[in-house]
Amino acid sequence: MILRALWLFAAGLPLDAQLISRPVPPPDAVERGQKQFVAQCGFCHGPLARGGESGPDLVRSEIVLDDEQGSLIGPVIRKGRPNEGMPAFDLPDPQIQDLAAFLRERTQAAINRNAYAIQDVLTGDRKAGEAYFNGAGRCNTCHSAAGDLAGIASRFQPVQLQTRFLYPRGGRGGAPARPTIVTVKPVTGRAVSGTLEFIDDFTLGLRDAEGYYRSFPRDSVKVDIKDPLAAHAQLLRQYTDKNMHDVLAYLATLK
Amino acid sequence: MKRIFLASFVVAAALAAQPLDPAKLLQPPTDAWPTYNGDYTGRRYSPLTQINRSNVNTLNLAWTRRFTAGAAVQIKATPLAVNGILYFAVPDNAWAVDARSGRELWHYTWESKGGIHIGNRGFGMYGDWLYFETPDCYLISLDAKTGKLRWNHQIANVKQEYFCTSAPLVIKNHIIIGVGGDSLDLPGYLESRDPETGEVQWRWNSTPRPGEPGSETWPSKLSMEHGGGMTWLSGTYDPALNLYYLGTGNPNPVHAAQSRKGDNLYTCSIVALNPDTGKIVWYYQVSPHDTHDWDNVETPILIDGQFKGQPRKMLAQAARNGYFVLLDRTSGQNLLTAPFVETLNWAKGIDAKGRPVPDPAKDPKTDGVLVSPNSSGVANWFAPTFNPDTGLFYTHATESYAVYWLTDTEETPEGYGGRDQSVWSQNLLQAIDYKTGKIVWSHRYPNQGGSRSGLLSTAGGLLFGGDPTGNLIAWDPANGKILWHAGLHTAVSNAPITFEMDGRQYLVVGAGDTLYTFTLPR
Repeated sequence: MILRALWLFAAGLPLDAQLISRPVPPPDAVERGQKQFVAQCGFCHGPLARGGESGPDLVRSEIVLDDEQGSLIGPVIRKGRPNEGMPAFDLPDPQIQDLAAFLRERTQAAINRNAYAIQDVLTGDRKAGEAYFNGAGRCNTCHSAAGDLAGIASRFQPVQLQTRFLYPRGGRGGAPARPTIVTVKPVTGRAVSGTLEFIDDFTLGLRDAEGYYRSFPRDSVKVDIKDPLAAHAQLLRQYTDKNMHDVLAYLATLK
Repeated sequence: MKRIFLASFVVAAALAAQPLDPAKLLQPPTDAWPTYNGDYTGRRYSPLTQINRSNVNTLNLAWTRRFTAGAAVQIKATPLAVNGILYFAVPDNAWAVDARSGRELWHYTWESKGGIHIGNRGFGMYGDWLYFETPDCYLISLDAKTGKLRWNHQIANVKQEYFCTSAPLVIKNHIIIGVGGDSLDLPGYLESRDPETGEVQWRWNSTPRPGEPGSETWPSKLSMEHGGGMTWLSGTYDPALNLYYLGTGNPNPVHAAQSRKGDNLYTCSIVALNPDTGKIVWYYQVSPHDTHDWDNVETPILIDGQFKGQPRKMLAQAARNGYFVLLDRTSGQNLLTAPFVETLNWAKGIDAKGRPVPDPAKDPKTDGVLVSPNSSGVANWFAPTFNPDTGLFYTHATESYAVYWLTDTEETPEGYGGRDQSVWSQNLLQAIDYKTGKIVWSHRYPNQGGSRSGLLSTAGGLLFGGDPTGNLIAWDPANGKILWHAGLHTAVSNAPITFEMDGRQYLVVGAGDTLYTFTLPR
């Protein structure tokens, strides 16, 4: 079998490189393979190769996973599996490779969970969300729809908005939305305030009003931290899922 | 006279270079750290006292050494310390170094065929032979003297999306190995391999086949065959009962559970196996029907002690789902179940068998549910420790919240079938009274998020571990007071070990690509 150009990792995929375990075939081969699959194989194996009326799921098939550009799929297609009701298809190499490309794309799509499409998250009651915002949630203590949150729904997609309103730092390692203000009181001398830059059990570092970085040993100072996100962390313990969906539905109206 | 002197010199040299004595595996670790957890109990408790509460503040750096390979090196392995040599691995790479100096003796590299390169937990050792797993799921045996390959055997098919990280555990003449991989709904298994040849001695499947016990907890043959239950962290062993204890991974598809209604045995369980046959003797499921990726692989630590006034052989685990469980390890009977952080919101309660009862309202939904903890869990692979002097079980723990979405609503979902996004997390060090499950003391780190390290406790009245910002810390295990710390270049990425050499006690810890070794001044 003469192989066409080797499948290469498509540009833009390194984000998920840890999940995409095998080279993803070129989109044109996948597209040709898909058309052919739907026309000739889909009736039994389903249009997405996840199994159908009479054919098994191919996405998690060991033959498909062990295949390299038609090496194992080709013989099965050409000989068929008469005992199991699968007819033989006399296809030329390029078509076998296209089918293999489509099936590889299907397996990688199942593997690459970071690319799974999240469905509709705007299921809440926006009126109830607004009431919670101004009532039990006390969101309006710090925020307002006409002020800092104006247009927030045009800056973020609903799914981003969902995790960002829960905690604006958003996931692992994001930058804080607002600085944390800290006041340090040494045993002797004057208190110093500034923006918290670093803290652990031993050292505290801040940036003072003049822009100087200053650090202190934790064991000889008193520390007062005003975390602007403390209310968000506290609310995580209070929200019901209905609260979460209602507030999201309300925020999504702030376009 | 000269001859006698020479002869005794030769004897001493031969003793120093002898292969790992199998008896060492049955003793608390003193002049060696010969297994992943130091000994079979999983306690990571050292009886050494030279470094202790009164002198730990004089601890000095003995040596530090950085290791490089093709890719970034992250030492998650617990090194083995045997006869003055440290052996450790990272994905596709393994080293032997002189424990006195950090000098590299050999560096073995494996040409990878793929697999997720998330980490490697290190070696198992049998005589002069070393065993480790590669991300593409080969079991590699090296000659400890030279680092030369003895043989390799494929233990799982990387093309099916298995990947392998676990440190093999040697029990008698069995090399016990496990596998990982959640991406494409694979069945998990554990194998015992022959130390000489690497051939399979037995295989235990962590999900049943149709008709076998446990199959009643799955709706179909297909669901069992794609049911997950990975075996990616070394277990513990009771030689008197001849039982190997293993925590198993979560069921698959991870987040979309509509095709696997039921408890899904033996996923998210603690199982007791006969290491000679691979036959299951008892099981206890800590997370029935998990839908949040909470692998229950956390070390099941063996505790011999009192419970309600009676001496008992027990087993304790601080599970990824946030519950601490104490079992009778002869039978698997539950003695106690208690949450070890306060934020958990996924269980409706605890049933008569002590199992948390999952709340279906907190299963992933298409529009998202807010769940504590996140998918990394309250605990994870980083090692806990049990100190028999204090009676306390120590573990790093995380309070966290995440949104979990169901993305695959088909009747038979594939892959994960859902996603999750952590929104907030806070790390703690928890000291748990094994008799009550109560938190005796808690150390809350002042910063959010960050990494969590493994732990070590010693008879010197010390508890060692790393914080999220790169400090190696010694706590008083009785009350959580910090007694000593040293700032490393990055966070501790494995668990500290300790051993005695030349009459001195050493402490070795990995942080990123570097080993740090501490000892007291002479």
